[in-house]
Amino acid sequence: MQNQGKTGVSRRDLLSLVGSVAGSAAMVHAMTSLGFASESAYMGPIKLEGDAKSASVLILGAGLAGMTAALELRRAGYQVQVLEFNSRPGGRNWTLRGGDSFTELGGATQTCGFEQGLYLNPGPWRIPYHHRAVLDYCKRLGVTLEPFIQLNHNALLHASHAFDGKPQRIRDIKTDFQGHVSELLAKVTQQSKLDEAVSVQDKQMLLQAMQSWGALDKNYAYKANLISAEVRGYAKNPGGGLGAAPVAGEPIGLSDILQSQLWRYLRNFALHEFQTTMFQPVGGMDMIGKAFARQVGDLIRYDAKVTRIQQNDSGVTVSYVDAKAPGTPQLAKADWCVCTIPLSILSQIQIDVGPRMKAAIDAVPYTSSVKIGLQFKRRFWEEDEAIYGGISYTDLPIRQISYPSSDYNRTGRGVLLGAYVYGGANAYELTSMTPSDRVARAVELGSRLHPQYRAEFENGIAVAWHRVPFTLGCAGGWTEEMREQHYDNLCQIDGRIVLAGEHASYIPAWQEGAILSSLDAITRLHQRVVRT
Amino acid sequence: MRDSRFVFALLLGVLTVLALLSHPAHADEEIRPRPAAPLSPGFRFTEATGEELFASACQGCHMPDGKGAIGAGTYPSLAQDSNLESGGYPVYVVVRGQRAMPPIGAMMTDAQVAAVVNYVRTHFGNQYQDAVSADDVKRVRPERYPR
Ligand SMILES: Cc1cc2nc3c(=O)[nH]c(=O)nc-3n(C[C@H](O)[C@H](O)[C@H](O)COP(=O)(O)OP(=O)(O)OC[C@H]3O[C@@H](n4cnc5c(N)ncnc54)[C@H](O)[C@@H]3O)c2cc1C
Ligand code: HEC
Repeated sequence: MQNQGKTGVSRRDLLSLVGSVAGSAAMVHAMTSLGFASESAYMGPIKLEGDAKSASVLILGAGLAGMTAALELRRAGYQVQVLEFNSRPGGRNWTLRGGDSFTELGGATQTCGFEQGLYLNPGPWRIPYHHRAVLDYCKRLGVTLEPFIQLNHNALLHASHAFDGKPQRIRDIKTDFQGHVSELLAKVTQQSKLDEAVSVQDKQMLLQAMQSWGALDKNYAYKANLISAEVRGYAKNPGGGLGAAPVAGEPIGLSDILQSQLWRYLRNFALHEFQTTMFQPVGGMDMIGKAFARQVGDLIRYDAKVTRIQQNDSGVTVSYVDAKAPGTPQLAKADWCVCTIPLSILSQIQIDVGPRMKAAIDAVPYTSSVKIGLQFKRRFWEEDEAIYGGISYTDLPIRQISYPSSDYNRTGRGVLLGAYVYGGANAYELTSMTPSDRVARAVELGSRLHPQYRAEFENGIAVAWHRVPFTLGCAGGWTEEMREQHYDNLCQIDGRIVLAGEHASYIPAWQEGAILSSLDAITRLHQRVVRT
Repeated sequence: MRDSRFVFALLLGVLTVLALLSHPAHADEEIRPRPAAPLSPGFRFTEATGEELFASACQGCHMPDGKGAIGAGTYPSLAQDSNLESGGYPVYVVVRGQRAMPPIGAMMTDAQVAAVVNYVRTHFGNQYQDAVSADDVKRVRPERYPR
């Protein structure tokens, strides 16, 4: 995406783009009506039937994968014990609130200065409607959800080298791009240049559709008038009483939009994983981890750092040390082991598995990501700019500014996500800085979208995932080639050990992947136990 | 009055920067105050010198003093690291990655990889004077980075 050339796109290229978009949309439509594309891989609550023979299972890691396994295996009759490095449940499912402190690798400690009730989700923060397993566990465990706003038409798109650095409204870019493209398509349709591709019956419908979808006038032109203003908004909004008539704004030119490359962000509102409705737990993402821990917390031994994983014909033996005061290793034994330790860490732990699983464990590097939360004296984005929730995108190193999807329209302080960087040089560069430098850079850069930053900023907290002691990275950075070579070997049961977690799924960097992988792993493990 | 104070501050700033620049290259272990760290404009690193590249790309994990860190897993120390004796090894690790170390060299030119490897091999208590070249790096590159 970053490497898109700056050369002009010809109109024909554009049309072929639209053609392929229309084609794939039609394809998806056909598929959903057949019941394929929108099905989740989640089959509903798991049923582990058959005798567990009170076998024992040792679970490594108390993230969502580990706690899902603990919950379901105990319910099925297993004796379960969980070893967890942190002093809390949840793993990457984590929220930072005022008073919380966090020490990253290297020793820098930040204490969150947010006002009570305000928080940052440094890791997971949104849940798509089709992540049915996460949603089902939220329902079963009593986690209250609220909508997470992904698309806010009034949020901003910003390119530092276009429009004199002035941020644009998403609704303007979206409507104007759509309007210009519709006008072009209508034009060639009328000129009979699409006659080979479009039947006579469809031609009229296509013109009508472009008029409706693109907000074109009766001559199929996209212009400053009250027709386009109905979609893109007004230069002067309709009011009441005298002088209340609305005034239409001037659309942004097609070439300006193309050259600014702001169109590339529109994808973030179209992708399946970001489509409405998205959710977040009320009060912070860690409400999910805490709800799991209410069920299985009694099984978890915290501050237990696993250092060695052994197995033989009769069982599994895991060595662990006190994470806070490493001393002589202690041993935990069980018949079976479900290991959810991230591969970044597991690859460094001596583990008795075959060469193919070991090669898979060693194959996957972890992505780099940084998130920065900023507290401001007032919710200026709402008060001054009518931005209620949603995300602004920019090509600056902060990449995104996300406005809180809760407590709207209140006076007083607010916290927004001032940077969410994922991959690329910037993620490493920000990781390399001290936490206070990261925060300072986020404030400096963000003020180019919102000048109010300078006067209203109070404090911030920055989490760089390669500095997070319990993951050494954000999530498994799988490629197609790696999957082909290693994925099945990673997921197979090796003797008495099975791996689970986000990394053992086709939904990496999503909680749904962690839970689905865990359900699949324990289903296969249980089948083996019942059979033997 | 205000203006002359500003000029004075500016001068002081320039002098500090000059002083920093002329600082002997050997005192690398102590962490010097640096001007605001650079942020590359695109996907790839734009820093050029070994020192800058280390401070922007490597110290996120290996730490500013090169000594690494330990949590649930470990970032190894690169200080007094006998594994760096053969220059081919660090080149390979940076270009191809190794377990939890990502192939970060994919976001650098051959010359950048050589510069940062040479920097690490001559600092942090390492004294390997046989520099690696951009060509040494090129030979280790995969045909293409998987996407
Ligand atoms: C920046 C970021 C943004 C994300 N955004 C989203 C999002 O919006 N929506 C979404 O659904 N998902 C998101 N995710 C992904 C989601 O967080 C993960 O997929 C999921 O939480 C992983 O769960 P897990 O159980 O596999 O791993 P983890 O939660 O990492 O659990 C592994 C556990 O193992 C423990 N452990 C590690 N080493 C040891 C050891 N040596 N001994 C003992 N225990 C050990 C860890 O402490 C941890 O508790 C995001 C992640 C990140 C980092
Ligand atoms: C995302 C974290 C991360 C970053 C960034 C990173 N490394 Fe590493 N590095 C690691 C880890 C983890 C290992 C250990 C890999 C293993 O298990 O073999 C490692 C190992 C190495 C080794 C091998 C050390 C030895 O003694 O065997 C070298 C050399 C190295 N890194 C150099 C660099 C350089 C140079 C950079 C910057 C260009 C860099 N690393 C950036 C995480 C990182």
